[in-house]
Amino acid sequence: MQLSLGPVPFYWTRERYTAFYRDAADWPLDIVYLGETVCSRRRDMKLDDWLGIGRELQEAGKQVVLSSQTLIESEADLRGLRKLCANGEYVIEANDHSALQLATEAGLPFVAGPALNLYNLASLQRLARRGLVRWCMPVELSREGLAALLANIGDSGLKAPCEVFAYGHLPLAWSARCFTARHHALPKDRCQFVCQQYPEGLPLRSQESCEVFTLNGIQTLSGACYDLRHEIADMRRLGVTVARLGPRSEGMAEVVAAFDRARRDDLPPRDPLALVEADACTGYWHGKAGMDRVASG
Amino acid sequence: MELVCPAGNLPALKRAVDEGADAVYFGFRNNTNARGFAGLNFSEGRAAEGIDYAHRRGCRVFCAINTYPQPGGWAQWATAVDQAADLGVDALILADMGLLDYAATRYPDLPRHLSVQGSATSYEALRFYHREFGIRRAVLPRVLSLNQVRDVARHSPVELEVFAFGSLCIMAEGRCYLSSYLTGESPNTRGVCSPAAHVRWEQTDAGLESRLNGVLIDRYAEGERAGYPTLCKGRFEVAGSTYHAIEEPTSLNTLDLLPELTELGISAVKIEGRQRSPAYVAQVAAVWRQALDALAHDRKRFAPSPAWQAQLSALSEGATTTLGAYERRWK
Repeated sequence: MQLSLGPVPFYWTRERYTAFYRDAADWPLDIVYLGETVCSRRRDMKLDDWLGIGRELQEAGKQVVLSSQTLIESEADLRGLRKLCANGEYVIEANDHSALQLATEAGLPFVAGPALNLYNLASLQRLARRGLVRWCMPVELSREGLAALLANIGDSGLKAPCEVFAYGHLPLAWSARCFTARHHALPKDRCQFVCQQYPEGLPLRSQESCEVFTLNGIQTLSGACYDLRHEIADMRRLGVTVARLGPRSEGMAEVVAAFDRARRDDLPPRDPLALVEADACTGYWHGKAGMDRVASG
Repeated sequence: MELVCPAGNLPALKRAVDEGADAVYFGFRNNTNARGFAGLNFSEGRAAEGIDYAHRRGCRVFCAINTYPQPGGWAQWATAVDQAADLGVDALILADMGLLDYAATRYPDLPRHLSVQGSATSYEALRFYHREFGIRRAVLPRVLSLNQVRDVARHSPVELEVFAFGSLCIMAEGRCYLSSYLTGESPNTRGVCSPAAHVRWEQTDAGLESRLNGVLIDRYAEGERAGYPTLCKGRFEVAGSTYHAIEEPTSLNTLDLLPELTELGISAVKIEGRQRSPAYVAQVAAVWRQALDALAHDRKRFAPSPAWQAQLSALSEGATTTLGAYERRWK
């Protein structure tokens, strides 16, 4: 079982990204996804900056993947996407069908991101003929669904390594509207980059103080943190190749360490990181509402 | 420009046809379409009856099979495609790449439309679906501004259909998992959003409360107009303020944009609302038929009549309408 670090969904300062990935170089990770996947207005980091970080991570023994912007709306977005695909060094993660088009037209290999909606064998077979090297399952898919799908894949003889989003605030939706700018009563086009004030997004609570979602610019993440560390052994038995960890602004070294122990069957039954786990959810994996907390059976 | 109207059941289909729809769209009575609501949709027999009714009156019929075939459930979705083809529909509305592949291979001559659930927001995405699956038309998500629609239209390899009127999805359709996060059921997996089975209403001392799977979506003071608890249209608390943090309960209405949409070469306007009553569908179809006829008669002098706007407003959620993302400042 390999561990990957997903793209940072939040808008951090350049210094914060740099420090984060300098640390990440020492973590027991196999794959690191880099790039801005949420908003085209977040321009502190240019492609060259990501490539620079990528080289350092590669020297530290990590595989590097460049993730594409999930919601492509304008010609400028497409220009950015074309540059990303033409980077010449790293495989891209295609997060929408525009990226799929550019990658397949150029005959480039690609990882299929979690929002590409790959729920069945027929879709995977189609993409496998076009350069798919790995696919991340949709976040809402359950263990039972995944098991059925992996069995189908096995029976068909298809080689399509599977990645599961196993930790972090779940990426749940993308919109034309920026909810963070809306909260500040700012128009999206003149947002003053307020997202940078929220390194882990802006919590949206019910009127009873239940953390429902996390606003992150045009993206909506789960309110609770998804945490499948106790399911890693089961995932391995199912044939999952990679567990993806979604970056958080604090405590990520401990999270990676815990998943590293989990993949070596060395996880203590009661995790000392109780505080981190307190707000965790596991529902999707168990076929329930994503927000539910279900103990592993 | 073609008027495409919703048919949640046979009476709605007939009313839409009678009021001048150029095409109607329907789904089967199961999880294979994005309005998988109890009591809605068509058996094979009813569909045959509806198709016959529409075809005799020169109206086309599209079949929406636009949820994503779930693991272990492929046969149900493939069967839906087979049934629609056997019934003689004029086009399939599909989202899933596997199902598009299946339909393109099995029924190459049956036109394939990309559902809004396919989430194609750029002409490059449309090129992908066109090259890979030979789609003839695509329904654009409601996230694009008019300028962005113009860009897509200029380079699109396929016909475009845009949403004209009805409920407003604030998120890019096909890539919104909020509903399954709260309830376990989503548009992609079950064809539902904020499903009614999870809704609870309760009168409390604090007011009338609406809940979705236990989560408080909104609370109404006495005399306030209460709406269905669609999860993105509730009032939530963000950093100390309580407001419609994601979206107000409003409807999309693009009547004002019709001349521009025509100039961009948009092929069809779509009315949302297979879950609506036959009377609603009939009223909306009638207004849009008049508008499109007026537009065809004299595009330069076209102006939506106040009577049409008043009729549409009265039928809208929250009784207010918006141009949605077509208008840049809405974002």
